[in-house]
Amino acid sequence: MDYAPLASIFCAAFAVAFGAIGPALAEGRAVAAAMDAIARQPDAANTISRTLFVGLAMIETTAIYCLVIALLLLFANPLLA
Amino acid sequence: MNSPLDSTVLFQIGPVPITQAIVTTWAIMAILVIGAFALTRRLDLRPTRRQAALELMVATLDTQITETTGAAPAPYRGFIGTLFLFILVANWSSLVPGVDPPTAQLETDAALAVLVFLSVIWFGIRAGGVGGWLKTFAAPNPVMIPLNILQNLTRVFSMFVRLFGNVMSGVFVIGIVASLAGLLVPIPLMALDLLTGLVQAYIFAVLAMVFITSAVEDGARTPPNTDLAPSPTKKDS
Repeated sequence: MDYAPLASIFCAAFAVAFGAIGPALAEGRAVAAAMDAIARQPDAANTISRTLFVGLAMIETTAIYCLVIALLLLFANPLLA
Repeated sequence: MNSPLDSTVLFQIGPVPITQAIVTTWAIMAILVIGAFALTRRLDLRPTRRQAALELMVATLDTQITETTGAAPAPYRGFIGTLFLFILVANWSSLVPGVDPPTAQLETDAALAVLVFLSVIWFGIRAGGVGGWLKTFAAPNPVMIPLNILQNLTRVFSMFVRLFGNVMSGVFVIGIVASLAGLLVPIPLMALDLLTGLVQAYIFAVLAMVFITSAVEDGARTPPNTDLAPSPTKKDS
């Protein structure tokens, strides 16, 4: 039996599952800090939310990398070709 | 299920395969160019309703650019505005039935990221000259040269993967849900996709702006005395 397809499907699932944990925690912390800052200083809400969006995009990139790895494993796997 | 990494070839012009993404891209470009031309043909000092709406858009764009860079928005308005509008229209083109957003293909996003990369170089050279721009690579001290070069490449790569991953995953999820469940079930996901498309277009434009600004400011700044103790490296992705 060939284990390569099985292994790549499991690894794709693991990549997405564990790759989502870190960014999720990080985004939660970032949003909480931004909420705190906006509550203290509502005047700066524009600047804070713009910086927050850029920061969230940066954080999210790690999760997207995991997604891309998973897609590579599923659809462009060199071992299965 | 089709792989999201492949692209559908519609027809061939000579040796060049024309994919669906290319057709959609050219259609969006035509709509934007013709629309911009038609809307700005008769500008007046006393604005009509249409002109007022356009001016509102441009003013909002200018405000965003000024707040991000702290500089006059005029040199960047064209590039950043076009980038934002194109990505926004491309992301939202999935609303038209049968159209896949071209930003859900690797090639389009790679081309956009390469544009940003080249414009960073161009604006950097224009601000500080070739020498000033090259000097920014040795910014805190010459040891950082490989890291700075690597940083320039990886941040472009991460922009491109971010846009691709977000848009493509939206399209992919809608495809999966539509193949599993009925007609109206994917609609909340499509609404979420609209929000993601807007946020991603905004983030792409803001990040391009941030990178250009950092290149311009580093290039224009008079180099500090680098013989002294090296300052801590600037954190900047």
